[in-house]
Amino acid sequence: MAEAATAREAAETAAHVSVQGVTRVYPAVAGNASVHALGPLDLTLSQGEFFSVVGPSGCGKSTLLDLVAGLARPSEGSIRFEGREVAGSVPDGIGVVFQEDASFPWLTVRDNVAFGLKRQSLPRGELAARVDYAIDFMGLKDFARAYPAQLSGGMRQRVCIARTLVLKPRLLLLDEPFGALDQQTRLLMGDEVLRLWRETGATIMLITHALDEAAMLSDRVGVMSSRPGRFIEILETGWPRERDSRIVSEDAFGRITSRLWSLLREESLAALGGAGRVA
Amino acid sequence: MPVWFIRLLVLLAAFGLLELACRTGSIDRHTMPPPTLMAVYAWQVLASGRVTADILMTLQNVGIAFLLAVSVGFLVGVVLHRLPRLRRAVDPLLASYYAVPVFIFYPLFIVIFGLNNWPLIAIGFLFAVVAMVINTLNGFDRVPRVLFKVARVHRLSRPAEVWLITLPSAAPYLFTGVKLCVAYSFIGVVAGEFILAGAGLGYEIAFAYNNFDNRTMYGLMLFLLVFVTAVNMALHVWERRLHARRSRGS
Repeated sequence: MAEAATAREAAETAAHVSVQGVTRVYPAVAGNASVHALGPLDLTLSQGEFFSVVGPSGCGKSTLLDLVAGLARPSEGSIRFEGREVAGSVPDGIGVVFQEDASFPWLTVRDNVAFGLKRQSLPRGELAARVDYAIDFMGLKDFARAYPAQLSGGMRQRVCIARTLVLKPRLLLLDEPFGALDQQTRLLMGDEVLRLWRETGATIMLITHALDEAAMLSDRVGVMSSRPGRFIEILETGWPRERDSRIVSEDAFGRITSRLWSLLREESLAALGGAGRVA
Repeated sequence: MPVWFIRLLVLLAAFGLLELACRTGSIDRHTMPPPTLMAVYAWQVLASGRVTADILMTLQNVGIAFLLAVSVGFLVGVVLHRLPRLRRAVDPLLASYYAVPVFIFYPLFIVIFGLNNWPLIAIGFLFAVVAMVINTLNGFDRVPRVLFKVARVHRLSRPAEVWLITLPSAAPYLFTGVKLCVAYSFIGVVAGEFILAGAGLGYEIAFAYNNFDNRTMYGLMLFLLVFVTAVNMALHVWERRLHARRSRGS
């Protein structure tokens, strides 16, 4: 017994993120019944892996991200980041990029990127160097003095990524960050994210509704059921660490996306209330 | 043609037409002097120094009413935003506030405060304060929710969140409130002086009117018009600058 417990604890501390028996139930309000949004769910992310979550709309993907980030509390179960319980506040070392434009319109690109660092007491030189690096890395050098409103949606999302990157997160949570972008921009942003992932060594969890994106970027893809969301399968892609958007032309890419779609089709139909279900 | 130039042309055309109507006699000279003459009157009245004290008194009352309206309006807006139930209860009242002619309370204020500056300040304040409340609420409502998530990811304290996220995000709407408060305080105070006061710009205009003193009346009217328009235009330009960098191209 004791041995098993120690072994489990060891496994948990080795895991970068561990999610155990987590559910999320929205309590009943004003006549509406309570909603069981998610789980029970188990998930272990190892250090430096790229994990994507796909699932039908409304399955609780973003809820899962909020829970792991510490933006929401699970109704049951526990979530650990680097061995420590995540409980209702965002731990140090976690960065989040949202789907919505979350750049600050009143700050220049440079001040946007420097936002988090300014609250740490860093020597001015180091602050400038890190901000410059992040701006450079995300290809924003020529726009450092521009305001977000002067940039395209894709560029604004780069600003948000740079703002997160500059804080050197060890876990990066991406909540459909390219959802609002066009297909070409999305593929290119995918390349950026892969580059960032390799360079920083961060663990990444990406929430997406785009199967091709999940198939191209991830080491593993978790496929969720319709609500209440659970993992119905976790698929290993087997890609090498050095990869970019060109893998979309490989046979394996096609196999992975069709596998994802065959898993998701039924679930998506169920999420639509079974309408149009074909025998 | 640049926009400011078109604006200038519109103004010149309006004044030109009025000038023409007055000069040709379409408008009786004793009813209204031509604008150029008004400008001369305005200069004479101002240069005589006879109304300097009145102008300063009006500006002082407007200033106090404005500062009170902005600070109280902002605080009430903050409180209402934090108390959604109270807000839902008073929302219809706020929405219909400007249907109430607040000037009917002016006699009451004179009874309460006496015939001094305070009834005027109260009228200016009452006329302006709700504009600030409404715009404060509007500004806070429009802070994108995702920015609060960003605040939590950056682990900001509550005061830091307000200072670094909520206020800058709501700033354009707050500024609109401030701008309206300037205009409404002016209207409130000058109108109050018009009705009953012993000094001030509105009082001087009303006094001149009652004494058939066209020169003083039109001179001061033109001065007031130009002054208030200039102040508001300046605020408008400043506001546009604030907005421009935040909204260009989106």
